Amino acid sequence: MNEQFSGSAKRSKLAMFHIDGPLLLGLLALISFGLMILYSASGQNMLMMKAQLIRLGVALAVMIALAQVTPQTIKRWSLPLFVIGLGMLVAVLLVGHVGKGAQRWLDLGFMKFQPSEVMKLAVPMAVAWFISSHNLPPKIRHLLVGFIMCAIPTLLIAKQPDLGTSILIATAGVFVLFMSGMSWRIIAFVATLVSAFLPVLWLFLMRDYQRQRVLTFLNPESDPLGSGYHIIQSKIAIGSGGLEGKGYLQGTQSQLEFLPERHTDFIFAVISEELGLMGVLVLLSLYLFIIGRCMIIASQAQDNYSKLVAASFTLTFFVYVFVNIGMVSGLLPVVGVPLPLVSYGGTSMVTLMAAFGVIMSVGTHKRMLATP
Amino acid sequence: MLRKRVAIQDFVAETRLFNHRAMVAMLLVVLMFCVIIYNQYQLQVVSYQDYQTRSEGNRIKVVPMAPNRGLIYDRSGILLAENKPVFSLELVPEQISDMTETLEQLASLIEISDELKSSFLKQVKAQRRFNSIALKEQLNDTEVAILAANQHLFPGVTVEARLSRNYPFGDLFTHALGYIGKINTRELQQLDADGEAANYAATRDIGKIGLERFYQQALHGIMGYQEVEVNNRGRLIRVLRSVPAVSGQNIHLGLDVGLQLTAQQVLKNQRGAIIAMDPRDGAVLAFYSNPSYDPNLFVHGISSANYNALLNSRDKPLINRVTQGTYPPASTIKPHLALLGLETNTITPSTKIWDPGFFTLPNSDHRFRDHVSWGHGWVDVYTAIMKSCDTFFYEMGIKLGIDRISDYMTKMGFGERSGIDIHEESSGIMPSRGWKRARHNQPWYPGDTVPLSIGQSYWTTTPLQLVVATAVLLNNGHMATPHLVTAFSDDNGQTEHKPSLRPVINVVNPNNWRVIMDTMHRTVKDVGGTAHKAFAGADYDSAGKTGTAQLAAIAQDEKYDANAIDERLRDNAMYIGYAPYDNPSIVIAVALENAGGGGSNAAPIARQMMDYYFAAGVNNDE
Repeated sequence: MNEQFSGSAKRSKLAMFHIDGPLLLGLLALISFGLMILYSASGQNMLMMKAQLIRLGVALAVMIALAQVTPQTIKRWSLPLFVIGLGMLVAVLLVGHVGKGAQRWLDLGFMKFQPSEVMKLAVPMAVAWFISSHNLPPKIRHLLVGFIMCAIPTLLIAKQPDLGTSILIATAGVFVLFMSGMSWRIIAFVATLVSAFLPVLWLFLMRDYQRQRVLTFLNPESDPLGSGYHIIQSKIAIGSGGLEGKGYLQGTQSQLEFLPERHTDFIFAVISEELGLMGVLVLLSLYLFIIGRCMIIASQAQDNYSKLVAASFTLTFFVYVFVNIGMVSGLLPVVGVPLPLVSYGGTSMVTLMAAFGVIMSVGTHKRMLATP
Repeated sequence: MLRKRVAIQDFVAETRLFNHRAMVAMLLVVLMFCVIIYNQYQLQVVSYQDYQTRSEGNRIKVVPMAPNRGLIYDRSGILLAENKPVFSLELVPEQISDMTETLEQLASLIEISDELKSSFLKQVKAQRRFNSIALKEQLNDTEVAILAANQHLFPGVTVEARLSRNYPFGDLFTHALGYIGKINTRELQQLDADGEAANYAATRDIGKIGLERFYQQALHGIMGYQEVEVNNRGRLIRVLRSVPAVSGQNIHLGLDVGLQLTAQQVLKNQRGAIIAMDPRDGAVLAFYSNPSYDPNLFVHGISSANYNALLNSRDKPLINRVTQGTYPPASTIKPHLALLGLETNTITPSTKIWDPGFFTLPNSDHRFRDHVSWGHGWVDVYTAIMKSCDTFFYEMGIKLGIDRISDYMTKMGFGERSGIDIHEESSGIMPSRGWKRARHNQPWYPGDTVPLSIGQSYWTTTPLQLVVATAVLLNNGHMATPHLVTAFSDDNGQTEHKPSLRPVINVVNPNNWRVIMDTMHRTVKDVGGTAHKAFAGADYDSAGKTGTAQLAAIAQDEKYDANAIDERLRDNAMYIGYAPYDNPSIVIAVALENAGGGGSNAAPIARQMMDYYFAAGVNNDE
């Protein structure tokens, strides 16, 4: 509880750089575990390892940089970031770069940029900024504004179309509302509303390929060589790993490339196959540790904005983990979410570490402001 | 501005509310993790065996390996059917991104006809995934070199070496050996029915006719296989286990290359057949049907032009004249009939009849003519055979009657398949009362028996039946089953194939059998014997019987004139003979279509065969 004063010299040094020791430890452990798996999943490709290391380096730098910024400053950025993000989403729809059948990228000349990544942070930040400017629990009209703040970017991103990301972003915003103490009655009401909305989603908003994914999820064996191939091979990889796994670098499903996307979205199947249920438990423990530590930081934060943002980021992180593992192991449809900090590549890694930067900022700046 | 509105804040209540929500959230997180763990447990522990099996099924493929086909040798170990490596250009369609482009580029390197291309593309659609498909077979050395040099430019394109059947002597052994060809649907169904389909998983060819077909199972061998680990593109990663194929058995024939060549040379363009057999065990020494054809044409699929030429040829090269050519035996069966006459006491060695040049049945003025129109005068059985007197046999035949003739001759093998080790065999016709009733729905008349007594009318035999029946005479009523194969061999050594003789006729009086031998001996030895001229000066002692089969009906008062009738209706020349006289090691039958008289045409051919046989010492190797 009182790390600041009971910690070692090293810890205080960490605190000086606004770094939360346990969280950093958890993250580094997860990253190391991820790199070890990537080495196997990439077919021992050193070029990929190098690229991943560089990406991790950049992401860690972003995290540490953001940790230096006070929550108050971050709070001040929330609304402008949200507005800029919305503007960019509109720009993407108008002039965006078309890749893989969807307009998601904005070409800035020197780099391609995905505005939806910004919104992953900006939406919960903006909603938290709005909600925390009133007393908790929020009133219905505030909740309504909060929902609208979630809905606008969600619809814009869904239009790109990127249904997976849009749902994740909506979820991140809704988490803020949930944590702010939205009454259970409203939660039940919203849940009913969402269920009622599902048929609309299916009939009018979902593209053919998205419907196909859901159908394949419901019955992957119906098309074993087509769209069901991914999930069948993935389940074979997981199941054949057994309790102890086939051994590091020994996974036949992954090493012989029966497993598709083995180093990106389906890397969890590689862990399951090579390290077995034991390896999976280690991975889940690491995630649970990180999530738990972040939740502690959130609950110890001194202002509502910090609490809400930190908790929302934490839960969103969990959702990534759950959705990825769920889809790889056949619990959820395939939606193309990478396994956080383990899967190869993705701009999402920088976004993710930026979120941890914000959480660290929340965790390390409170005392200076609130010492009695 | 906003800050002012939130002036009254209940920190304690808000913190409690948030912490409560955080607890709920963490509980949900833990719950969801439990769901994941439960699901993992189901997959990795409960269903482990199932997924383990499917994973193995993914990576392990069983690749069948065809056994090498057994080789075929002649009696002195000369190779008659071999396996020669040939190169073929093969493609794995799944590994080729742009098929049209690849085909175009390959066609710029070596010649690939549009016909090949389209038949290849047809196969691509029909094949299973990751099977290689031949684009062009039988590449020549230049093509192999060009393709090898450019291999790296064509992923999924390989030059494969396969063993292919080759018959080095071409048309010399065709009717005996037969040939192999691609397995067709009907044969595949048969293999399935026989439970042999699995053993043929890697085999492409099967014996179509001849020995290749008869001994298919022995020649084929046992399939081997490799268990290999493959990746998702079907590429071989490593071999896990290998069970080698067991090559088919080699077969060794009684045929002799030299004797075959002699047969081919002496027949030249003459349609006909020559078969020589060792009467002691039935081993076939020579087996030649003329005209023949090149079996190598069939191995890689014969072109329709070539096939039609063979099929529609007037000379019918596809017919195996040794076993499928059915000819009237004519006078060659006179010794056999005479034996029946002696054994039934219908005649005795001293019985003499008067031959005026023709024979008439009682109450009939139809004259059955002798081939010597002025008659042979007084004739006994020796003269009757030596000079081939017809009248003697007309009279004896009438006394014997159709039933005894038919019964005895059937025992000698006429009208029956001999059981030689190829499937292409006709039974010929040994007429009987029952046969005529069934075939023509007519009763048997004495007038039918008369020409039958000189091997004419309904009676037809194959050259093979003639040697088999003659060997029965030499073996005192024991029949040898003719067989081309005399031994099988494999890595463990050689096993003889020698079917034993079986008794078919009871000997009543051994002296009768000696009389018959003597008459055939005189046919060759005595001046005036029909085969005397043909064997004059031979340095071995042989015996035989000539035959001239009349194909065109000649009116009662007409004379046969070879030049006046269509070539295809001219007489068939026949000869049966054996040597050495006192201990025969070769019995031979010659049938020549539309060649004329047997004594002047068939006997000289038998002479040349025997000359070579003794000069080369073909059968002295035991």
